Amino acid sequence: MATLKFTEDHEWLSIAGDEAVVGITEYAQAQLGDIVFVELPESGTSFSKGDEAAVVESVKAAAEVYAPLSGEITDANGALEDEPGLVNSEAESGGWFFKMKISDQSELESLLDEEGYKAFVADLG
Amino acid sequence: MTESNTKKTALHNLHQRLGAKMTPFAGYEMPVQYQDGILAEHAHTRTNAGLFDVSHMGQAMLRGADAAAGLEELVPGDITGLAEGQIRYTQFTNEKGGIIDDLMVTNRGDHLFLVVNAGCKEKDFDHIKEHLSGRCDLEVLDGKGLVALQGPAAADVLSRLAPGVESMPFMAMKEVDVEGISCLVSRSGYTGEDGYEISVPADQAESLAEKLLNEAEVAPIGLGARDSLRLEAGLCLYGHDIDDETTPIEAGLLWSIGKRRRQEGGFLGADTVLRQIGEGAPRKRIGIKPQGRAPAREGADVVDSNGAVIGRVTSGGFGPTVQGPVAMGYVISENAVPDTQVGLIVRGKNLPANLVRLPFVEHRYFRG
Repeated sequence: MATLKFTEDHEWLSIAGDEAVVGITEYAQAQLGDIVFVELPESGTSFSKGDEAAVVESVKAAAEVYAPLSGEITDANGALEDEPGLVNSEAESGGWFFKMKISDQSELESLLDEEGYKAFVADLG
Repeated sequence: MTESNTKKTALHNLHQRLGAKMTPFAGYEMPVQYQDGILAEHAHTRTNAGLFDVSHMGQAMLRGADAAAGLEELVPGDITGLAEGQIRYTQFTNEKGGIIDDLMVTNRGDHLFLVVNAGCKEKDFDHIKEHLSGRCDLEVLDGKGLVALQGPAAADVLSRLAPGVESMPFMAMKEVDVEGISCLVSRSGYTGEDGYEISVPADQAESLAEKLLNEAEVAPIGLGARDSLRLEAGLCLYGHDIDDETTPIEAGLLWSIGKRRRQEGGFLGADTVLRQIGEGAPRKRIGIKPQGRAPAREGADVVDSNGAVIGRVTSGGFGPTVQGPVAMGYVISENAVPDTQVGLIVRGKNLPANLVRLPFVEHRYFRG
């Protein structure tokens, strides 16, 4: 059973054991507007929490996606290369960005649960 | 910028009713997109007709027997040779031949009608007063709204409400009654498509916009799609593709300078501009087409095959009609050759791209 977590950078993480699937939230995709390009990390790349791991571009602008946790990339969503609009239409399912192997379980404590993220977004107005 | 010092256009309430996402732009709260989003709005304009609020732009009348000759001291375009009802695209130049702003000038018989960029209007009007006060009288039209109706269905739509506008040629302007609203209609725009720009009294702007939106082909279009449409059409955005440091020749705007003006000069910066017409400019604006899918944005360096910097991107993004990234920028003239492969430095990576002729999407103006 996977656990759903969030960051204040508007990423979602579906965590099962030491693996996390990472994407950007419904709120983030709505803020960005039509997504036209996604640059994904290669499998085998290691990131520290907060490193720039991916780039998502709308018609208007580019935005960085930061590694929400430290770890190694195990897979990236190749479907986004041909169909970046999946990030808009299925932000929290088919529009996932990458999977990573979590290297430091203690970092999970810094993540928000769904309720906490909803409250965070509500405060943004 | 806070809400209190951001101005609103006459269509502000309409934008809110239409669910626009608003953003501050040039001192105004403007719609960046509506509910359909930029890609859909862009496509709609290329296939049907889009309605744009461009009321933030500056409109003014320049009066006086000497108005055309006076204005020619500030712009390289042929103004004295402009026939009544004709519009000309030109630029205010500075002493160095750089561009203070680009603008549209219409001969309205007893005056010249000017439309300038929103972010430049105070600077432009001060510039006119500084050089022409005593000779001409400048009346700024703060009480006017401005909307653009753009796209292949624009003529069908507007002629339904105002028969006769369908035969107006590109760059013509006349007074038109649009279902009881007295408008100044020009066949012009900023998308590369056929269409009109309509100056309307502010208190009737919303009524006019609603009449147009009630037509089946028309959808409201925000500034986001306005930018992607003009980029595909290869049109300059002031402050990005042209500015105080770029000359009309570097910018590829020689076509906007009439033969007589090329010979006679007589405008600010003419020394530099005429010299560049004769000898060539040190750099040129050119289209840049990335080979991959990653957009290159404003500020990205353009490099040659040895990695040496030969230019810079001034506008770049995703072209929805092209269905890929598009850009334009300045490249050193000897390198500014269409079909040359170059590199674009994007997030530290050197991405392959080709220099190309502009526009990316062919213009479809109505020439009569």
